[in-house]
Amino acid sequence: MLEVLSALDFTPFVLSFKLAGLTTLILFILFILCLPFAWWLSQTKSKSKPIFEAITALPLVLPPSVLGFYILVILSHNSPVGGFFDEYFGIKLVFNFSGLVIASCFYSLPFMVQPLQSGFTSINKNMLEASYIAGKSKTQTILRVALPNMKPAVMTAIIVSFAHTVGEFGVVLMLGGSIPGETKMASVAIYEMVEIMDYTNAHIYSAIMLLISFLVLLAVYIFNQKTRAIGQLR
Amino acid sequence: MIKISIKKELFGSQKEMMLDVDLEIQDGEFLALSGVSGSGKTTLLRILAGFEDAKGVISVDDEIWLDAKTTLPPQKRAIGFVFQDYALFNNMSVLQNLLYVKKDEDLASHLLDITELSELKHRHPNTLSGGQKQRVALCRAMMGEPKLLLMDEPLSALDSKMRTKLQSEILALHKEFETTIIMVSHDPSEIYRLASRVVVLEQGLIVNEGKPKDILLKTSGSQKFSFSGELLDIKKVDVIYVAIVAIGQQLVEVVITQDEAKNLTIGDTVELSTKAFTPMLSSTKQ
Repeated sequence: MLEVLSALDFTPFVLSFKLAGLTTLILFILFILCLPFAWWLSQTKSKSKPIFEAITALPLVLPPSVLGFYILVILSHNSPVGGFFDEYFGIKLVFNFSGLVIASCFYSLPFMVQPLQSGFTSINKNMLEASYIAGKSKTQTILRVALPNMKPAVMTAIIVSFAHTVGEFGVVLMLGGSIPGETKMASVAIYEMVEIMDYTNAHIYSAIMLLISFLVLLAVYIFNQKTRAIGQLR
Repeated sequence: MIKISIKKELFGSQKEMMLDVDLEIQDGEFLALSGVSGSGKTTLLRILAGFEDAKGVISVDDEIWLDAKTTLPPQKRAIGFVFQDYALFNNMSVLQNLLYVKKDEDLASHLLDITELSELKHRHPNTLSGGQKQRVALCRAMMGEPKLLLMDEPLSALDSKMRTKLQSEILALHKEFETTIIMVSHDPSEIYRLASRVVVLEQGLIVNEGKPKDILLKTSGSQKFSFSGELLDIKKVDVIYVAIVAIGQQLVEVVITQDEAKNLTIGDTVELSTKAFTPMLSSTKQ
């Protein structure tokens, strides 16, 4: 058993977490972008709201292969976007790690926006209005009143975005292929092991993924329970 | 002086109506807004606060808050607002709630002294009772030293004892800061105690206004006691009829004649009046 474990190649895991970490980081930067967007979705009475909500939720229902295909088309050097990056920055965006990061951001967007949106929606409107009356701008109100009162939603958004990216498969396969050390994520590695009937390693990899996913989710729910308990205690 | 002359179309629960209000309020006045629910009281407050737009003019002293060209946002209007549900910032302590409005520790501790909250200043809103929360909200609204304090049924969620206590505190604050106040209220005793003028709204229009005593005391002619209530039941007892009427929280029995009984339907709003030459008044305090 030990021999098997020591012979195990952990690069796919490192890659998976690197990707998830980077994606979450970028989504967190996007968080600052997502925040006004989620805020707008929660406050607007505009008739175009369902359209934006539908677009945001698309990655949830689209087969990852379809999403991967479109991103592949857009990022390839034959398209204006991919061509632009290739020509001016010399960056190729498909079948490498940076392409995966971009694709993951699209793929995981709903997992960032939706918890934030429902967090904003759940906040007592009068509380926000009281902040406006106190002379505070929308930005100040979001940062000092809205966000601190929806910590579980913020936590959920960040952790679930991370966990979801770790577990990504279809988009990764479509966009990254399976280049060892570059785009071969844990999920893809497991797929290949099963294909070549290397069940021992498939078991080990899968068990690790299962454990990690469970621990991440457990952490989120424990955190949420604690903040709620503190909220009641106060 | 505050001049209000606004129009706004409202889509109420029953039908569309026009909120059309012309009002002048003197500095330091305590105005009560009364009327059945859906008459536009809260909307009027929200327009004054700048949460909702409307056509017309609002001017405060020589400052324009609303006219055809300008709509001052809530942030720029010197107002305080007390919500029915307190709307305290749950992530901040009592003191932080006050300081969020204005970093003025002296004013904050003074306000907390008046409302007897000093000992609770480091507590969080979730640990406070309803009455305490509303006192914090009141202090918070006064922190910006507003020209106009708006209160939307501030005491309706509290029990009568707490209500009386808060009424005295509102009066004390009003006396000290001489803030102009507009308060939405349904409670005649509250209006009588606090307000110097009452405006009654119905279907978006002002239908009555004047001193609380003139508006609220509903006696006329030689009737001395007159209560409005709901007819709950009419019972025939031998040869007489007994009507059960609900007046506020209290049920009373009244003897009526057969003719009177014929003209009444259960569920009617009825006026119960009597000539009282020597009414008895005794304290029920324990």
